[in-house]
Amino acid sequence: MGIGDASAPRNRLAVAGARATTQAMLRQQPRGDVIRNTVFAGLLLLAVAIALAGLLALLIQAFAKGSSALSTDLFTNPPSTAFPEKAGYRPAIIGSLQLIAGVILFVVPVGIGAALYLEEYADKSRWWNTLIEVNIQNLAAVPSIIYGILGLAFIVRGPLDLGFILAAGSLTLALLVLPMVIIAAREAIRAVPDSIRQGSLALGATKWQTIRTQVLPASIPGIATGVILAVSRALGETAPLLLVGATVFVTFDPTPFGTDGYSAMPVQIFNYALRPQEEFQALAAAGIIVMLVVLLAMNSFAIWLRNRYEQRW
Amino acid sequence: MSQGATTTQEPAGEPPRRLQASSKRYGEKAIQWALAACGVLSVLTTTAIVLSLVGPTIGFFEIVPVDEFLFGTDWTPQFEPPSFGVLGIVAGTLNVALWAMLFAIPIGLGTAIYLSEYASPRVRKTLKPALEVLAGIPTVAIGFFAVSFILPEIIVPLWPGDFLGGAVGKPFMALAAALGIGLMVVPIIASISEDAMSAVPRGLHEGAYALGATKAKVAVRVIFPAALSGIVASIVLAISRAVGETMIVVLAAGSTPRFTLNPVESIQAMTSYIATTATGDISTGSVDYKSVFAVGTVLFVMTLVMNVISIRLVRRYREVYE
Repeated sequence: MGIGDASAPRNRLAVAGARATTQAMLRQQPRGDVIRNTVFAGLLLLAVAIALAGLLALLIQAFAKGSSALSTDLFTNPPSTAFPEKAGYRPAIIGSLQLIAGVILFVVPVGIGAALYLEEYADKSRWWNTLIEVNIQNLAAVPSIIYGILGLAFIVRGPLDLGFILAAGSLTLALLVLPMVIIAAREAIRAVPDSIRQGSLALGATKWQTIRTQVLPASIPGIATGVILAVSRALGETAPLLLVGATVFVTFDPTPFGTDGYSAMPVQIFNYALRPQEEFQALAAAGIIVMLVVLLAMNSFAIWLRNRYEQRW
Repeated sequence: MSQGATTTQEPAGEPPRRLQASSKRYGEKAIQWALAACGVLSVLTTTAIVLSLVGPTIGFFEIVPVDEFLFGTDWTPQFEPPSFGVLGIVAGTLNVALWAMLFAIPIGLGTAIYLSEYASPRVRKTLKPALEVLAGIPTVAIGFFAVSFILPEIIVPLWPGDFLGGAVGKPFMALAAALGIGLMVVPIIASISEDAMSAVPRGLHEGAYALGATKAKVAVRVIFPAALSGIVASIVLAISRAVGETMIVVLAAGSTPRFTLNPVESIQAMTSYIATTATGDISTGSVDYKSVFAVGTVLFVMTLVMNVISIRLVRRYREVYE
């Protein structure tokens, strides 16, 4: 029942009166204040304009540079140093699809599991649960290249010793985006009101039955949004893959456990971008267009999903 | 469900049974443990990160003295004899981060204030998704943009002559990477700061307006101080992102370690040293391999400190206004 709640007639009258008074006061303000106010608003608009101009310039530049290289060859041809006009992204695209499949396989069960534990089971007063919570928040902000080091020392070599295979890259990316999924899933689970749980429990369902039949179905849109955003982050991530063996020139279709090497879309873009020749620059830009279209589609779908199925209890 | 329902069918007159499951329900316990294991995995990830950094870092310090590493300013691992003064690449990282923040803080805060105080609901509805799009662009794309557009088309034409050494003809530059990173962190600063500003109670606005304050005064003298901890948190998080960013500095800032904050120089950042050294067939026992982990440790500690500060600050403003 704040001042802003203008539903009641008397309230509405009061608000209108206050507004009129304020406006009258504003008109009497000293000139300096009015000028400063206008300048300030102008600066704010300038800030917004620069941010939007940066975004637009990035998109336009990618299209201007890459349109000449945009063709179906991008999807069907392997990369080539000798014939840039015929080079493409085929192994990189296949590699990225497999990497993402692995990320989803890992992140969905583990992410939802951890979120369910923290929201439904964990006793917040216990120090180890606080530790898990703080730890996840910190992990979400660790630089991606550090995950690359982890992947190199722990997954590719060291304890897991998988070697430079695609599955190792996939696991590295999965660990990188896991905190994002957990945080999003927790928010979705927390949004389910307690009355739903209590109703289910009162009808005699066990805790897990309640979660499986009530809590999870109600929170799926939120969780799906989080998973899509996390996957799109994993798709665009380059730095950790450089450390865990996404080699640059793979001219064959990679397999999950093949030891001959693998590639990924952003890594291939990076490599083309490093070459000064116009043709390779155009290829890099064309690859960026493909990535941006895919990511934009995924992110829009996630936002649509969130708005469409978000339940207001 | 059917088992749980039996408790209601007790014959009258008997003493009420305690409310608990009629069977032990091992399945329920197993599920709880499995879910807890998922949570513990995140702690294991952190442990693994620390362990994988610490081992080779200690090995590195057996070859290179700690004080030479921490206080030396020459980073020349490829020279004979090599010099591992980490300040040479810490400076590169800070150089880029400093100029990135000088660009991103005014733009990000301006956008946040505009969104929370000035924008109509319709404008906000289009502007926020645009910022989300910007936040979702892969950094390799921003790096490409920085080196092939920001540097040749914006910095070089606009740079004032020979100022600080001049910009013409330079293929790589700290400032190009900084502007790219600035563009990348604007959405972070804008969205977290906007959250903090929106959390400021309406009453504070109304009170200030009632006293005759202009919109600008309300924003700068009332909303800004009230949301300060959230704003600082967003900036600290943005600095941490800038320090940890790899692809933009690799593509746009060059690979010449220099102990300088001059924005027109080509520099090497910690992340780009890691990314360019640890690729391919680097042998496990070499000093170069171990140096990657030592640099990684410095980077990890720097970002961890900033993240902890940022998380603390975000918590604080949430507690105050909820």
